[in-house]
Amino acid sequence: MNRWLLWLPLVLFGLFFAAVATGLIMPKDNIIESKMVGKPMPDFSLPAAIEQRPALSSADLVKGKPTLLNIFASWCLPCIAEAPQLLELQRAGVEINAIASRDTPEDIANFLNRWGNPYARIGSDTTSRVQLELGSSGVPETFVIDGKGIIVYQHIGDIRAEDVPKILKLLEDAK
Amino acid sequence: MIAETGLIALWLAAALALLQFALGAIGLRAGRQEYFAAIRSVTVAQGVFVTLSFLLLIWLFLRSDMSVRLVVMNSASVKPFIYKFSGTWGNHEGSMLLWVTVMGLAGAFIAMFERSLKQKTLVATLAAQAFISLGFYAFLLISSNPFERMFPVPADGQGLNPLLQDPGLAFHPPTLYFGYVGLSVAFSFAVGAMITRDVGAAFAKAMRPWVLGAWIFLTLGITAGSYWAYYELGWGGWWFWDPVENAALMPWLAATALLHSVTVLATRDGLRAWTLMLAVVAFSMSMIGTFLVRSGILTSVHAFAVDPERGSFILALLAIYIGGAMALFALRVGTVKEGSRFELVSREGALVANNLLLSVILGLVFIGTLYPLLVEAVTGEKLSVGPPYFNLATGPLALMLVAVMAAGPLLRWRRDNPKALLNRISIPILITAAALFALALFTTGMSVLALLGLALAIGVGVASFAPLWKRNLRRTPLHTYGMVIAHFGIAVALAGMACESSFTEEKLVAAKPGDEIAVNDWTLKFDAIEPVAGPNWTALEARITAQYGDGALHQINPQNRMFPAAQTQTSEAALLTRWNGQLYVVLGDGDSQGRWQVRVWWKPFVTWIWYGGILVALGGFLAMIGRLRRSYKQRKQREYAEAIV
Amino acid sequence: MKRFLALLLMWVAAPTAAQTGLPPAPYADRQLADPQQEAAARDLMDELRCLKCQSQSIADSNAPMAGDMRSQVRERIAAGETPEEVRSWLIERYGNWVSYNPPIASAVTWPLWIAPILLLFAALWLARGRFGKTRDDE
Repeated sequence: MNRWLLWLPLVLFGLFFAAVATGLIMPKDNIIESKMVGKPMPDFSLPAAIEQRPALSSADLVKGKPTLLNIFASWCLPCIAEAPQLLELQRAGVEINAIASRDTPEDIANFLNRWGNPYARIGSDTTSRVQLELGSSGVPETFVIDGKGIIVYQHIGDIRAEDVPKILKLLEDAK
Repeated sequence: MIAETGLIALWLAAALALLQFALGAIGLRAGRQEYFAAIRSVTVAQGVFVTLSFLLLIWLFLRSDMSVRLVVMNSASVKPFIYKFSGTWGNHEGSMLLWVTVMGLAGAFIAMFERSLKQKTLVATLAAQAFISLGFYAFLLISSNPFERMFPVPADGQGLNPLLQDPGLAFHPPTLYFGYVGLSVAFSFAVGAMITRDVGAAFAKAMRPWVLGAWIFLTLGITAGSYWAYYELGWGGWWFWDPVENAALMPWLAATALLHSVTVLATRDGLRAWTLMLAVVAFSMSMIGTFLVRSGILTSVHAFAVDPERGSFILALLAIYIGGAMALFALRVGTVKEGSRFELVSREGALVANNLLLSVILGLVFIGTLYPLLVEAVTGEKLSVGPPYFNLATGPLALMLVAVMAAGPLLRWRRDNPKALLNRISIPILITAAALFALALFTTGMSVLALLGLALAIGVGVASFAPLWKRNLRRTPLHTYGMVIAHFGIAVALAGMACESSFTEEKLVAAKPGDEIAVNDWTLKFDAIEPVAGPNWTALEARITAQYGDGALHQINPQNRMFPAAQTQTSEAALLTRWNGQLYVVLGDGDSQGRWQVRVWWKPFVTWIWYGGILVALGGFLAMIGRLRRSYKQRKQREYAEAIV
Repeated sequence: MKRFLALLLMWVAAPTAAQTGLPPAPYADRQLADPQQEAAARDLMDELRCLKCQSQSIADSNAPMAGDMRSQVRERIAAGETPEEVRSWLIERYGNWVSYNPPIASAVTWPLWIAPILLLFAALWLARGRFGKTRDDE
């Protein structure tokens, strides 16, 4: 038997060790990013979620200026946490459209009355169909869309106060 | 005081392990006989103290001593006795102590009863064993002290999660640990043999019972775990190639290969280096499995109580043991002759084929399990490797392995005639072909793999009894019976797997009380839905009457349980077992129109999977008894002969 | 010990399920009328990974999102799409992570598929020296 071959098990073990040691050191996330970033917004058309706001279709997202698309739900706690930041973005002149995920009109209305309504249009996605089209894996999520309707960025989870400047910059860059 | 005594016993055991290692190392280097004599007593003492420590921990749990942190975190004074008992090892610290206790006992057992091994190899083995134990002692004493006190003393414990109070917990984890410890003993034997370069039949015979024992426990542990998951998780699956399942399967694959190669070494003095490597790999796989489960490095449905810090500790131990053993292998094995060569058509030939196929399967499971981790580390891309890959990559190899398994026992050692083999195996081949033909003709929707699997299982089921053909059944040694039963068990399990994957029928319905559900030959009548209450839960229970054909009526009651204290909801599946399969009913959520989501499966012959597993373990048990009895008799005869001389 | 998380997972997943007030998507738990289509959908659902779970197929998961995915799969298959079309539609959106079946023609996953052949050859090569005429000096 070749002498070098005898060292092969140790070498393979070394490789294993290196792989898992990096795995242990690297921070682990379970976030699945959408592969739709960089691609045009897929076609969809959703009915209005509440009476006070119009319905939402993909055509509404090609505005000639960058917009935000926020996916939220009244049953989602982090959505409450990000509500002030969305209002702040709206005050900064950003157009925010929304998709309400798996929700009822009453619950959405209550949620918006209580935590504020920063949205221009709200589409109701009761079966996650559009969410799946977008490659979104949960709520809340926010997509930055440029004027031509191309998705340029996906923010997963609630928007914290410290995320606001970054999002404003992304919107600026997308012009 | 009990906790302190336990801790002192643990420290003493650790000190004795250090002494045991030092005596072995210095004794071997200096060749001092008096050290050799001392090491046996030290090993036994280590075993006694660590056992004492573990017994004291059990006592603390049974007494519900709430001044001990571990008891507080994992027990409560109102818990049923059996769960107080099993709660001892149902946590990280306790399970580590259990592990090192079993290792200590195994060491003591070797020190007291092992007679056939050369003294130097035995001493090296015990030193290696002590070295492994030291790592676990360090782990326990430095970072996972099970006897840690808690101030102020709380009124009662936090209890074990009610969901985890299951007989499965009492049985499944310790069974796997016993398997792992058995493999650690085999590992120590291999390291001992590499140090003294004494690799031969005597070494193989000394190691074999430990490998067999480990393998029996692993088989039982995996079988029990699979069934536990099947009935607890409520989705009717028994194997998902989840990382944690693979972590348990890999040591089993390595142990199965080792079990067969050690037979070649014991009988024909061949495959020396290979057997050593397998012993190292088998233990590596148990350590790697423990690491994968505890570190949480891979995402799994089953992993719990993951802790990267503990993971790092296990990884460090892993690196020392396995890296060390592999370096030793590379340095020493060059001078170990591989032993005799084989004819291709011979018992050895079949066993080599068995080993190669098992190793390739092991390699594929290993690669498939860790590949997503590797890819993410290198490219940052996330990907999943699951059942489609594992089934396709390992399935055909497994079927080849089963075919070899049927032929192997019919072959003679050294040299055999291919024609004679064909003669002996012609009936099973005909049966397989007939089954294949019949299945292809009369069934629809079977995958190629399942079709071949089922046909092969039928043929091999017959072939596994062929070694008993034309033999005097009363003079056939017990270990031959063991082999026959174990091989038959594999065929039974394979048949169960093929049937389950091909013939399962599923029905999802939203049913109102009064509705009937038909699945296969079953008629289920959904009579009512009623609330029931348990000690710490309330449930909605479906009353369902099931009837198979025109047969008797059976009541089955799947539940949807709520644990208010834990804000937990679980689904308790109802299972109805017949000889030819299992009816599996799960109650889902209700809707606003008074309908309930009911999931029904009829799984033909699914129970054979676990019956097969139990048969395999039983076969292993018989083989072990047979081997031990034979070596005992031989020793007695030898001693008798020596006495006469 | 190892099966715990499954149980824990149900524990975690259950409150989430309770949060959304809506019934699940139409085909989340409703089988297709055509048994062949249902079987095709079922086989595919077993191979798609639930986005919100630790490691479960959408067929096995109780998460609402998994239910919506099941419904999408069934609806698309009923509309005449092949399982592979549905799979690639999802991979386009979520990457290879979403499918338990790693593709053969992908820059990062092809090594997985040649591994069986490579390992088999390596094993044969390792064993090549072991066979031959038995020496009679034993």
